Amino acid sequence: MTHAKTLTRITYLVLLALLLTAPMLGLYPVFVMKLLCFALFACAFNLLLGFTGLLSFGHAAFFGSAAYVTGWFVKSQGWTPEMAIVAGGVSAGLIGLVVGLVAIRRQGIYFAMITLAIAQMIYFVCLQASFTGGEDGLQGVPRGDLFGLISLQSDTTLYYFVATVFVLSFLAIGRVVNSPFGQVLKMIRENEPRAVSLGYQVDRYKLVAFVLSAALAGVAGSLKTIVMGFATLTDVHWSMSGEVILMTLLGGVGTFFGPVFGSGIVISLQNLLADKVGSWVTVIIGVIFVLCVLTFRKGVVGELQAFRERRRRAAL
Amino acid sequence: MDIFGIPHQAFLGQLLLGLVNGAFYAMLSLGLAVIFGLLGIVNFAHGALYMLGAFAAWILFDQFGLNYWYALVLAPLIVGAIGVAIERLFLKHLYKLDPLYGLLLTFGLALILEGVFRELYGVSGQNYNVPEQLSGATDLGFMILPNYRAWVVLVSLVVCLGTWYLIERTRLGAYLRAGTENAPLVQTFGINVPLMVMLTYGAGAGLAGLAGVLAAPIIQVSPLMGSNLIIVVFAVVVIGGMGSILGSVLTGLGLGLIEGMTRVFYPEASSIVVFVIMVLVLMVRPAGLFGKEN
Repeated sequence: MTHAKTLTRITYLVLLALLLTAPMLGLYPVFVMKLLCFALFACAFNLLLGFTGLLSFGHAAFFGSAAYVTGWFVKSQGWTPEMAIVAGGVSAGLIGLVVGLVAIRRQGIYFAMITLAIAQMIYFVCLQASFTGGEDGLQGVPRGDLFGLISLQSDTTLYYFVATVFVLSFLAIGRVVNSPFGQVLKMIRENEPRAVSLGYQVDRYKLVAFVLSAALAGVAGSLKTIVMGFATLTDVHWSMSGEVILMTLLGGVGTFFGPVFGSGIVISLQNLLADKVGSWVTVIIGVIFVLCVLTFRKGVVGELQAFRERRRRAAL
Repeated sequence: MDIFGIPHQAFLGQLLLGLVNGAFYAMLSLGLAVIFGLLGIVNFAHGALYMLGAFAAWILFDQFGLNYWYALVLAPLIVGAIGVAIERLFLKHLYKLDPLYGLLLTFGLALILEGVFRELYGVSGQNYNVPEQLSGATDLGFMILPNYRAWVVLVSLVVCLGTWYLIERTRLGAYLRAGTENAPLVQTFGINVPLMVMLTYGAGAGLAGLAGVLAAPIIQVSPLMGSNLIIVVFAVVVIGGMGSILGSVLTGLGLGLIEGMTRVFYPEASSIVVFVIMVLVLMVRPAGLFGKEN
C-alpha cells in the first residue's frame, strides 16, 4: 500500500469516528443531519458532474420532488419513513429517467440549459399540484417509526439512522465510480468521441449515470423531509440547483470527499450568517461562486490533492 | 363575436400580451445568442442585467427626476457600461476554459446583483408610470389597443431588425461573424479582437438593459424579475438554436404568442407551455428549429 493510500484511509477512519461521535461532542444533531442530507445531495450530483462530466442545472427537481413524495407518503398515507424514503428515491429516479432521455440529446452548455428548463417546469408543477400544498408546502411531517418499530422521535436515534443511510450511499457511489462501469463514465468525461469509437453506447451510460444521480439526490431530499419535518418550494427552486453546484465546486469536482466538505462549508455559512446578515447570504454565496470559478476551480479538496501531488513529484 | 367560445376582446388582449412577452423573449435571446457566438459564454447574468435596466429607469426618475425618454437612452448605456466592466474584470479570464465555467461565473454574478437589490429595495415591486405620450389606448374597431404595449412590440422589432442588419449586412458585423468562426485568424488581420469581444458583451448587456426599461412600466420593477424570465429565455434559446439571429427573434415572438393563447384556453399550463415545447422540439430536432448540428 502506498503512502498516499494509507493517508486517505486514515483520513476516512478519522472522519467516520467523528461522524459516529458527533452527538457526544456537543454538535447540534439536527444541524449535522441537515449537513449530511446536503452532503449526500452534493455527492449524488458529483457522480454526474465529477465522474461523468455532465453539468445538470436542474438537480433541485429530483431533490425537491422526492422531498414532496416522502412527505406526502408519511403524512397522508401513514407510510413508515424507510418506505417513504425508498418511494422518494424511486420517483426521483423515474423523473430522472424521463429528464435524462430528453437532456442527453444535447451536450455541454445546452445540457445545462435543458436540465434547468425542465427543472423549472417541475417547479411550476409542484407549485400548482394539489398534493404539494402550493405556496405553504408540506408542513409538520412526522418522523414516524423506523420499520414501524423504532421511534425516530429522539434526535440521537434519527441521527444514527441518517448517518447510516449517508455512509451506505457514500460507499455505493464509491463502488459505482470504481467499477468498470465507472471507468467507462470517466472515459466519456475525458474523451467522448473516443468512447464512441471504441464501440460504447455512450448515451446509455450517460442515462444510467443520470438516473443513479437523480435517485440518490432523491434519497437526500427524502431524508431532508424526515429530518426537518417539511418539504417546501425552496427544495425544488433553481437556487437549490445552484447551491448544490456551488457545494461540489467549492469542495472539489470529481473528488470523493470534496462535495461533503463543500456542503459542510456552505451549510455552516448559511447557519452562521442567516441571523446576522439576512439576505446578504445570497450575495456572499454569489461572491464565493465567482471567487471559486476565478481562483480555485479544483476546489478545496482538489487543490489539496494537487498540492500533495506536486510535493510528491518534487521529492522524487 | 366569439373565437372558439372566448370573447374576441379577451382573446386578442391575451394575444397582444403574448406578443409583448414574445418581444422580450426575442430581445433577450438575441443578446444571449450574440454573446454566446463571440464569447462562448452562456450569460446567466442576462436576467439580472435586464433587472438592472428596469431599476436604472426607476432610479433615474426617483432620484434625478429624469423621465422615461431619458431613461430609454441612459439606462441601456449604464447597463452596457456595467457589462463592459463585468467582461474586463471577470469574463476575460475564462475564455480558454470550458464554457461551463462562464455559466457558473455569470450565475454567481446574477446572485450578487439580485441579492444586493433585494437588500436595498426589498422583494416587493416598485411602480413605474407609463409615459404620458404613450398612455391611453387606441380603438382599432375590432379591439382596444393599449398604446404602450404597441410601442413595446414596435421598439423591440426595430431593435431586433437593426441588430440583424448590423451583424449580417455591415463591415463591423462581418468582423463579428468572422470572430465567431475563428478569433485568432481575425486577430492576425489586425483587428482588435479583445476590444470587439468587450464591446459585444457590453452591447448584449445594453440590449438586456433596454428590454428592462421597456418592461418597467408594464410589470413591477422588482429584484426578482430577471431570474424567472431568464430560465424561459434559455428554453427559447434551446428551441430556436443559437445559430441564426432572425431565427431567435422569430422563436421568441412565436413562443410569446403560444404562451398567450395557452393563457386563454388552458391557463394552468401557461407557465410550463414553453418548457413542454422545448421537450417536444428536442425529441424531433435536437439542434433546435434554426440550429445547425455540429
